[in-house]
Amino acid sequence: MQLELLNIAVGFGTALILDDLTLALEPGEIGCLLGASGCGKTTALRAIAGFEPLVRGQIVVGDQQLSRPGWTLPPQRRRVGMVFQDYALFPHLSAADNIGFGLRGVDAARKRRRVAEMLDLVGLGELADHFPHQLSGGQQQRVAVARALAPDPAVLLMDEPFSNLDSELRERLSLEVRAILKAAGTTALIVTHDQHEAFAMADRVGLMHNGRIEQWDTPYNLYHRPASRRVARFIGQGVLVPGVVAENHHIRIPLGCLPSLSPLAAGTAVEVLLRPDDIVHDDASSLTATVRAKTFRGASILYSLELPDGTRLLALVPSHHNHSLGEAIGIRLDAEHVIAFASET
Amino acid sequence: MTQAATPILAPVPEARPLWPRLAIGSLAALVLLPLAVIFASFADPQGAVWAHFGEFVLPRLVVNTLWLLIGVGFGTAVLGISLAWLTAVCEFPGRRWLSWGLLLPLAVPGYVLGFVMIGLLDFTGPLQTAWRAQFGAAPQIPIRSRGGVIAVMALTLYPYVYLVARNAFQTQGRRALEAAQTLGLGRVGGFFRVALPMARPWIAGGLALVLMETLADFGTVAVFNYDTFTTAIYRAWFGLYNLSAASQLASLLVVLVFIALALEQRSRRGQRFTAGGRADRGQRIALGPVARWLAALWCGLVFAVAVAVPLAQLLAWAWQSRGDLDVRYLGFLYRSLILAASGAGLVVLLGLTLAYALRARPGRGASFIGRLSTLGYALPGTVLAVGFYLPMSAIDNGWIALGNRVGEQWAPLLGGTLAAMLLAYGVRFLAVGFHPVEAALHRITPSMDEAARNLGSGGRDLLARVHLPLLRGGIATASVLVFVDIMKEMPITLMTRPFGWDTLAIRVFEMTSEGEWQRAALPAITLVIAGLIPVLLLMRGGDTEQIHAT
Repeated sequence: MQLELLNIAVGFGTALILDDLTLALEPGEIGCLLGASGCGKTTALRAIAGFEPLVRGQIVVGDQQLSRPGWTLPPQRRRVGMVFQDYALFPHLSAADNIGFGLRGVDAARKRRRVAEMLDLVGLGELADHFPHQLSGGQQQRVAVARALAPDPAVLLMDEPFSNLDSELRERLSLEVRAILKAAGTTALIVTHDQHEAFAMADRVGLMHNGRIEQWDTPYNLYHRPASRRVARFIGQGVLVPGVVAENHHIRIPLGCLPSLSPLAAGTAVEVLLRPDDIVHDDASSLTATVRAKTFRGASILYSLELPDGTRLLALVPSHHNHSLGEAIGIRLDAEHVIAFASET
Repeated sequence: MTQAATPILAPVPEARPLWPRLAIGSLAALVLLPLAVIFASFADPQGAVWAHFGEFVLPRLVVNTLWLLIGVGFGTAVLGISLAWLTAVCEFPGRRWLSWGLLLPLAVPGYVLGFVMIGLLDFTGPLQTAWRAQFGAAPQIPIRSRGGVIAVMALTLYPYVYLVARNAFQTQGRRALEAAQTLGLGRVGGFFRVALPMARPWIAGGLALVLMETLADFGTVAVFNYDTFTTAIYRAWFGLYNLSAASQLASLLVVLVFIALALEQRSRRGQRFTAGGRADRGQRIALGPVARWLAALWCGLVFAVAVAVPLAQLLAWAWQSRGDLDVRYLGFLYRSLILAASGAGLVVLLGLTLAYALRARPGRGASFIGRLSTLGYALPGTVLAVGFYLPMSAIDNGWIALGNRVGEQWAPLLGGTLAAMLLAYGVRFLAVGFHPVEAALHRITPSMDEAARNLGSGGRDLLARVHLPLLRGGIATASVLVFVDIMKEMPITLMTRPFGWDTLAIRVFEMTSEGEWQRAALPAITLVIAGLIPVLLLMRGGDTEQIHAT
């Protein structure tokens, strides 16, 4: 493991910002903490960087313990790089000097080579002598990444790295930065509130809520196999449909009977997660639902449907199947497994 | 870089540091000390003196002061607003250079313009002499009068209103006027019903500063022998040698100052709500063929009376008395520079301490006390001189008495009145030194500190590589502003200077009290030249953002 947080808690007394948070990253892996603002994700980063002391647990990077209750290795000795939300570039230094800032005690020639290497990596070779205010938002962002990577940190942390950029740039840069990190073989932990960004960048994503991680998993599993109702609601779109557990790990819902991945006793009342792509439009189907609302998305249309018994569904349908509100359309369930949660009583 | 860092574990900082609270608290105490001292003077009632004061002096002081406030307030408002509107929104010949030329009165101390005007317009002055030679009897110009003082002070203080009003009109005047025109108002109606009310909070702030300067002024009223509280304090001290009476007068003056201060604070609240966006400055109102020349004439006239004519007269007098450019003059200059430099150094140090303390300990309580400690700019120099002289001399006298007890001749512990003088400077000019430093420090975000520490730089290295380079501009600005302010400062220096420490401003005071205008010209012109430096800084201030960014 390159980075390990073991049951850490941060805060004062009973007002804990982080409580019992655990995660681990393999060398070269990119992790992401995803959550609404105030869930404690930035605090987790600051604890790893050494700006927040621990109340419980420990933080280990490589084979070195960096934090435990009562002891915090100072930030400047951690070899943990950080890219700040506002980039925190030094306005009096050029791009090259910003990148070279952390290279102390390195002889001039090696330093120059390393700075050039980093400028190359982020594709800013020609802008070496520009000052931060002469760079665009995206360029500043890349300088900040290069500056954090230059001292070859054991772990790189990024706090909402794209929140100051407009949405088009955000998507392009998240892929670019992922490529840069992969090329450098960096272990990185990113914090964001944007699940598309998390899915685009990370190998592992942790959904955070109230200072804890609800699920630490791959993006695929987070979407298709959410561990809790909360994860299911936060990630992607979908509806929870009532059902009953039948024999042989099957679950019966108004649309049919499907194998379940959740180990629940037969007869239990459950709620089943149905994603919009689990429902397929099929004119031949005997099962029909009424269109209640629709959102045109270009390639597809997101329909909000209502079954005769009042159950609401979402269906993602190719956009040439254009139906009007109130029309009844044939639908079919298309899922290999479903995820079910015991009903809240 | 690549070798593993040795695991040196530092204890987690538990409590927040104490020094910021100590620093903020002591600076606030420094402001409150002179106030406490002067108000405490009522414990020592001066019955006999007040019987005289109450009957003869006080009524005149109050009437004089009120007239001065009304006159100067009205005069600066009319001058400042009219000039600001013309240069900010209209187009007329000479507008570009007049718009900054009209700031130059900031460089001319009121006492300088005062004695120049008296010398110029008096019975024996060149104007009346020439008139008599030409036409016989000349009309009397009653320059040594209430109207004269008011005119001179309005001409030196109007830039406070002009500056803020011009800013307000530039950012919103044009657009507001266009909005008013689409709603059916004419130009004049738009000005009075939209542009002026929108700029009112700023203008009120500028006017409040003018009123505070008027209350604090000593030099100008002294030149005109116009009795106000400041001159009365001076005479109670150096004429009657009655420090208690001086303190009591000072405390009455402070009450008036607090009223002006309350007005200023109120106007700041208004500024928050009416702050408008930046309008395009390209288009200006093209005035008609007559109006444009009238506008040019009005602006040019003010510039001539406030700057050009007095400067020409000063130069002429300085040339006549060029023999004064001797070792004595160099002595005045040297002492002015030494005092200004040490005062500026002290003020910048205090300003840095306060800025860092507020940064280390943000919060409403701390920032309130921090604001309190910069309120010294509102306290007149005469008040501070009395308020610091009394406790400092008490300490020194105690020290000397202690020396006598043990049979020794000890030198005054605090260097006579030197400590009082420096402390008074410190309190009076802390705001001037604090704001540029704080603005510069504000641009060093907490995340920059963290980024530097994250990259292995902390403590002194962080200060040297990040803070110092980014603070340099702010520190330089603060030093220059305070330096020049102290050079021009009169009452504190006059009342608390150590024996023999005559500066340029003191020389001007002494020569003008003897009516020797020519001999006051050389030191006066030196002060005007020094005063030009901050005005030039101010004019560059339009693009400060860019200067700071590079």
